[in-house]
Amino acid sequence: MGKRIGMEVGIAAAEAVGLCNIDVAAVYPITPQSHIAEHLSDIVHDGRIDAEFITVESEHSSISACAGASATGARVYTATSSQGLMYMHEILPIVSAMRLPVVMGNANRAVSGPLNIWNDHTDIMPQRDSGWIVMHAENGQEVIDMTIQSFKIAEHADVMLPTVLNMDGFQLTHMIEPLEFPTQAEVNKFLPDRVPYATLHPDKPMSMGCFNMPEIFTETLKAKDTALINSKKTIVKIWNEWEKQFGRAYKPVETYKTKGADTMILTMGSMGETASVAVDELRKAGKPIGLVKLRLWRPFPLEELRMAIKGCKTLIVMDRAVSFGGAGGPVATEIKSLLFHDKDRPRIVDFIMGLGGRDVTVENFIDMVARAGKKKDESYEYYGVRE
Amino acid sequence: MKQKKWPEAWHEVTPGCMVFTPGSASTYKTGSWRAQRPIWENKQCIKCGICYMFCPEGCISETTEGFFEANLDYCKGCGICAHECWPQAIAMIEEEV
Repeated sequence: MGKRIGMEVGIAAAEAVGLCNIDVAAVYPITPQSHIAEHLSDIVHDGRIDAEFITVESEHSSISACAGASATGARVYTATSSQGLMYMHEILPIVSAMRLPVVMGNANRAVSGPLNIWNDHTDIMPQRDSGWIVMHAENGQEVIDMTIQSFKIAEHADVMLPTVLNMDGFQLTHMIEPLEFPTQAEVNKFLPDRVPYATLHPDKPMSMGCFNMPEIFTETLKAKDTALINSKKTIVKIWNEWEKQFGRAYKPVETYKTKGADTMILTMGSMGETASVAVDELRKAGKPIGLVKLRLWRPFPLEELRMAIKGCKTLIVMDRAVSFGGAGGPVATEIKSLLFHDKDRPRIVDFIMGLGGRDVTVENFIDMVARAGKKKDESYEYYGVRE
Repeated sequence: MKQKKWPEAWHEVTPGCMVFTPGSASTYKTGSWRAQRPIWENKQCIKCGICYMFCPEGCISETTEGFFEANLDYCKGCGICAHECWPQAIAMIEEEV
């Protein structure tokens, strides 16, 4: 392994893509974006890698160009954020239905309106049902590692599904962190060339993205759902391979000081770092508090979550998005529904917070743990909202 | 082995529902969608072929006598041929259920 260097995480994500022998990148680099597209363009145009960088006229086009390139057998990457991801929405389920292993980096930023460019998860949550593998990174090192892992996961013969790696906008993408890069030789050893299941080629005519009559549509969707569910096994396998080669472990659900904890905080993304400091302080004060971090959002790691929250009486879920007029935040809603039949399931407290770039501090987490203890029901609450 | 029209079960669906047999869309007979069918009155037909050119389904063909007819396996009964036929040689009649 090389030595640690200080680098902005967005730029580091592009550098990680640069190590992955991509063939095509198609990106629309208007704000809201991150430095990923800009720096990847530099890497390509400085001749550091042999790839095609397609400048398109919109995100709808960038994801469409990625789908087309991927169908020819190319290794493909795109990056987006917020409104850009919303504009890709129509194409996302098509990419997964065609089983094209497109890899995307998404800088999580709020969706308009009102207009706001800062960090939360309101951009990725509406993409939940697109059939993509959805992962969340907690820090810059995870962004590098998981970007490289994404290609291996997406392209694996037992997966063949697109992946989106979420990294919190600003909190991660614009932060300079001490980071360690694997060498090109190490990445080459970890990441084999893509072996496509099928490719579009005039010499061997075939069709992708075919029309489905009502007689076959249901079967096709069940096949896609099953492929996504089954991908978890391969994701875990690839994460174990990464740990073996690089020494850093990745799990679908990460735990921190959960042993003996009767109350646990559940986070996704960069917030886990702050929450872990809050857990340290609460533990110092003798309170049995633990932290659970969801790394994999789709496919949802239910068994791993059950194991992680064993013995937990109160689970405090941190939601950075709202399902308006529904049951609260998407993460808590889903966990409540999945654990509905579990006899000894914890009481689930849902806090909506950290919206549109509002900071959530260590003190806030400690305060939320206190509030959760007093809450009688499982209704959701906008934490810190001015009444 | 005779190729199936479509997979029987979900686990028989190829990844991404990819199709490796070119031209297999012709096995989907969409004519059952039709509510009306085109009928040619050849006495009025001037053999201009405008029906053949405008048919969005490509299911109209020329007969050996130079007149035109629709392949009812694929004709969806849109009526574009009848609309475009300026000598009014094509009538759309209701399909009986």
